[in-house]
Amino acid sequence: MIVEWALDFALLAVGAALLLCAWRLLRGPELPDRVLALDTMYVNIVALVVLLGLRQGTQLFFEAAMLIALLGFVATVALARYLARGDVIE
Amino acid sequence: MDFDTLHWAWQALIAALLIVGGLFALIGAVGMLRFKDFYMRLHAPTKATTLGVGGVLLASMVINGFRGAWLLQELLIALFLFVTAPVSANLLAQAALHLRVPSKAPVPPDQPQP
Repeated sequence: MIVEWALDFALLAVGAALLLCAWRLLRGPELPDRVLALDTMYVNIVALVVLLGLRQGTQLFFEAAMLIALLGFVATVALARYLARGDVIE
Repeated sequence: MDFDTLHWAWQALIAALLIVGGLFALIGAVGMLRFKDFYMRLHAPTKATTLGVGGVLLASMVINGFRGAWLLQELLIALFLFVTAPVSANLLAQAALHLRVPSKAPVPPDQPQP
């Protein structure tokens, strides 16, 4: 009972966190702010997918969460390199 | 899975880990929204990474331990996030310094004021 309630609460909290990060992503004001918001959204989406997997009772979601974590890191590094150097691979 | 068959202390532990995880994810996002400049905002998502995702993944490890299935993926996600978060933060700070993003931090009184 209490675990289901806590799962629902955590899902709501992470969803609200995603919305707040999306607001920062749209708002800016600088380019690194947007990239940072995108990075935080990736981390929150990993938590959201893990929570959904717990709620549905399947272990398939953990693979998806791991892939999202990997791709999120690569995307952040590529965007940060692009902002700092002007291109991704020299 | 039927969580009600577990002992109440395990249920309380899982629920506490989940609530702490969700709360810290929310706190990180609120800090992201309310801090004044980029360098302060860089501080906020570390909470979401370490305590938010860490709490959720710990809860998931406990639950899957009771299901009888120890998953390697949870450990890998936690390790990967903890290793890569400082790297991406460092690269973002370098990019911000390169783009000369203005800082709103107060300057000490004995230093030249901007």
